[in-house]
Amino acid sequence: MSRIDVRKTYKLYIGGAFPRSESGRSYVVNDAKGKFLANASHASRKDARDAVKAARAAFGGWSRRTAYNRGQVVYRIAEVLEDRRDQFEAELRTAEGVTATRARTYVDASIDRLVWYAGWADKLAQVTGGANPVAGPYFNHTAPEPSGVVAVVAPDGPLLGLVSVIAPVIVTGNTTVVIASEPHPLTSITLAEVMATSDVPGGVVNILTGPQAEIAPWLASHMDVNGLDLTGVGDAELARNLEIAAADNLKRVRRPGVEELLAPPALDRMTRFQEAKTVWHPMGT
Amino acid sequence: MTSTDASLRRFLHGLPGVDQVGVEQRAAGLGTRSIKTSAKDFAIDLAIGMVDLTTLEGSDTPGKVRALAAKAMRPDPADPTCPPVAAVCVYPDMVPFVKEALSRSGGSSGVRIASVATAFPSGRAARDVKLADVEDAVDAGADEIDMVIDRGAFLSGRYLQVYEEIVAVRQACGSAHLKVIFETGELQTYDNVRRASWLAMLAGGHFIKTSTGKVQPAATLPVTLVMLEAVRDFRDVTGQMVGVKPAGGIRSSKDAIKYLVTVNEIAGPDWLHPDWFRFGASTLLNDLLMQRTKMTTGRYSGPDYFTLD
Amino acid sequence: MDFDYAPAPESRSVVDIRSSYGLFVNGEFVDGGGKAFKTINPATEEVLAEVAEADAADVDRAVKAARRAYSRVWSRMSGAERGKYLFRIARIIQERAREIAVLESIDNGKPIKESRDVDIPTAAAHFFYYAGWADKLEHAGYGPDPQPLGVAGQVIPWNFPFLMLAWKIAPALATGNTVVLKPAETTPLTALLFAEICQQADLPPGVVNIVTGAGATGQALVAHEDVDKVAFTGSTDVGRAIAKAVAGSTKKVTLELGGKAANIVFDDAPIDQAVEGIVNGIFFNQGHVCCAGSRLLVQESVAEDVLERLKRRMGTLRVGDPLDKNTDVGAINSAEQLAKIRELSEVGEAEGAGRWSPPCELPDHGFWFPPTVFTGVTQAHRIAREEIFGPVLSVLTFRTPKEAVEKANNTPYGLSAGIWSDKGSRTLWMAGQLRAGVVWSNTFNKFDPASPFGGFKESGYGREGGRHGLEGYLR
Repeated sequence: MSRIDVRKTYKLYIGGAFPRSESGRSYVVNDAKGKFLANASHASRKDARDAVKAARAAFGGWSRRTAYNRGQVVYRIAEVLEDRRDQFEAELRTAEGVTATRARTYVDASIDRLVWYAGWADKLAQVTGGANPVAGPYFNHTAPEPSGVVAVVAPDGPLLGLVSVIAPVIVTGNTTVVIASEPHPLTSITLAEVMATSDVPGGVVNILTGPQAEIAPWLASHMDVNGLDLTGVGDAELARNLEIAAADNLKRVRRPGVEELLAPPALDRMTRFQEAKTVWHPMGT
Repeated sequence: MTSTDASLRRFLHGLPGVDQVGVEQRAAGLGTRSIKTSAKDFAIDLAIGMVDLTTLEGSDTPGKVRALAAKAMRPDPADPTCPPVAAVCVYPDMVPFVKEALSRSGGSSGVRIASVATAFPSGRAARDVKLADVEDAVDAGADEIDMVIDRGAFLSGRYLQVYEEIVAVRQACGSAHLKVIFETGELQTYDNVRRASWLAMLAGGHFIKTSTGKVQPAATLPVTLVMLEAVRDFRDVTGQMVGVKPAGGIRSSKDAIKYLVTVNEIAGPDWLHPDWFRFGASTLLNDLLMQRTKMTTGRYSGPDYFTLD
Repeated sequence: MDFDYAPAPESRSVVDIRSSYGLFVNGEFVDGGGKAFKTINPATEEVLAEVAEADAADVDRAVKAARRAYSRVWSRMSGAERGKYLFRIARIIQERAREIAVLESIDNGKPIKESRDVDIPTAAAHFFYYAGWADKLEHAGYGPDPQPLGVAGQVIPWNFPFLMLAWKIAPALATGNTVVLKPAETTPLTALLFAEICQQADLPPGVVNIVTGAGATGQALVAHEDVDKVAFTGSTDVGRAIAKAVAGSTKKVTLELGGKAANIVFDDAPIDQAVEGIVNGIFFNQGHVCCAGSRLLVQESVAEDVLERLKRRMGTLRVGDPLDKNTDVGAINSAEQLAKIRELSEVGEAEGAGRWSPPCELPDHGFWFPPTVFTGVTQAHRIAREEIFGPVLSVLTFRTPKEAVEKANNTPYGLSAGIWSDKGSRTLWMAGQLRAGVVWSNTFNKFDPASPFGGFKESGYGREGGRHGLEGYLR
């Protein structure tokens, strides 16, 4: 007789903890073959609100860490992910029905992408900032700073999609509230477990699972959110409405669209949610 | 506050800093004021009356300073409405000749005799020698003494020494007025100019003066601006007015008017009087006279129409 | 006896204002379909000219002209050639600087000293700066082969009409885009003079088009479906409306919006320069400046001294005829703006803040508001939160650097901030903490073509100026 296994309850990831949705609701997640896989939390607007609050609370400390330190933390995520790669490969195969080779490719790429972004932490300012030769006796320089709290609608698809939208946002010092892929939310919670054990301070990454169309509007209209990444929004009308809602406090918006995930990324996922700050100071005796 | 080096330092270094770029921009801004017609008439006559007509050369002779004194009394011989200058400024040994020349006109011109002293321009002599220099000039009839501070002592932080020397010179001046020269070209920073200003005012100087004219840069508008802020602030605190004298390098009427605008807007109109503001200059006077003639006649004049002395 | 400065008016004879102006479309002046409106001299209320209003059909014609010029000429031209046109324009601006400055002061009300020494030279410098980028874009850090977007629809405000035009047009043309620009309805004249400059420079027709009009014209331009890029400088409310209007499209947007900047004075500040910076921060251009230092945060220990010095300094500000070379504060740009400034000032008084202005005689005609300071203001006062966009300063105090940061950042805006201190480490710490796109330390209201400008939060997004200013016009 085979042993009865202990199933995992998939919850939300808010402020470094794994609460259930305050609504008490969940929804069914099936595997690639349409067979019940697990119940995922159905996050409510209040969960979204709590997640923003956690992200805002974490922003000050995270953004003020040295870039070197943020790079170390993101690298640490890669390390822990590497360590748990078998689990992720298995999850991808089950959830999405991809081949072992394919699953391996995505996990490899996800780990490598984290390493790539980790390395950017203490370099990007040198690439996007610099000295401005103004016509006067002033020291003048521009450096990028994080925009603040960024809400991200993650794309569907494998782990790589999730890593590709989270890493660039946090490595520059933003904190984030992510709405996970609606049909494939489970990997995101497993990734949250990775982050919870890899020195990512609570609240830097918050993950909500549930229907995008229901949760995203609350984040788009939230006046304490500074940026909105619509990468994973497939419905053009929803995307437009979210962008309109985002305009109320002039959120920085990244419009929908997923690039070829396996291709080397550009900088724009980082630079989109950065603010150039220019400082002037006179030079004299 | 003035009892030890340490307490003086605490006070002087506690004064607000001066931002070089900011003060130079402010001065440049004041320099763009456009002074026309009646305002220009007023400014030119005022400036003439503020000139300390100066000769401080090794080659000075009684003849040279007599000529200067004559010009001081009647800057434009062709125009009796032209005001006299404020003073003639010479070395101590030339004072008797100036006195003689001025008294020849009955002494009614109001032109005063200023003498540099205290081992001008370097000030590198023993204190006794400096004080003897002052006494000589006063005895010879100087109404005003232009002393130099010991820049070496100032720059090495021996503020008490500088202070005590000014006090001693002031005492030696008797009833003569004391102008304290900083040689701002050697002090270099505006912070130093502000500190030197307060030091000299605390020590009892009647005037603070930028330069000897022997070191470049001599007077500049921003340096003068910082000194005008100092006398303004000093009056706010003590109720006493101290005069300001930029000297050296002011050659054109245009420049002089910029200084007067600065006096007007920084220290205030109370300082727009020869008792409280002077120009240490020689060639400036002729340019003021040329401009004055232009204002009266409506045509440009030339140097041949004004006396060279 | 007082040193009263006699009037020193700049001559108006250098400008030739026509009685009516058309739109500038495809290299020619054409009639507008809307109802012509009048532009007046805010210092005298004299009508200067009638200006055509572009209706939606006119905007469409202008966008079509820009599209044609883009696809047939401008996008095919080498960067080096485009750059040469920009250099030409820069030179013509310098050659006609006096004329542009006088016209700007007449139409806008700003002191000639500012249009002459700031607006126009900086505008020329902007064209010079971006002219040099035109053939170097592959080195700008936006990829190996950056491409223009197409047609840029640009809407600019009335506070720096010609300078904002330069900020918009120079980078757009340098990167290979063509332009339809709408100047503000109260200050269209220098933009129309710029149209003449384009003609003098032999700029190909349609590369720059100027459509005049009010909000409706701007809306038509921003919403036009063949516009690829929207650049706007103006109020946060209009910026929000634009952001909504372009939602769901592929238009790239940069917005430079309002502000309520904190100008923070510490007890170790270079005090006289700080006072100068406060004055420059709020009274420059009558306070019609989005990055104006409208909230003075002064450390309690020096608040009294700073205020006394500030008031004394305000007493020397010369308010009056914008064309007088000695005028420091000119006319308020419009009756509407004056009403807004008055309203908020009255609210300030009603809310219990202490109002003070130096004695100054204001002219009988035109729109005037004296330099004004409100003391005893707290974060809860409306005058500490809302952008007044006039010569009105709100003074608040703080005790510690942390409190200064909290108060400075306690606003939905984030355009600029000022710090006055002689302690380097604290200045740098403060600069890091302030959520603002431009931080002026021991200086204020400095602008340079090489220096990126733009805001955090509700002050908008995107940067203008410098290498960063290219990004909004490239893909």
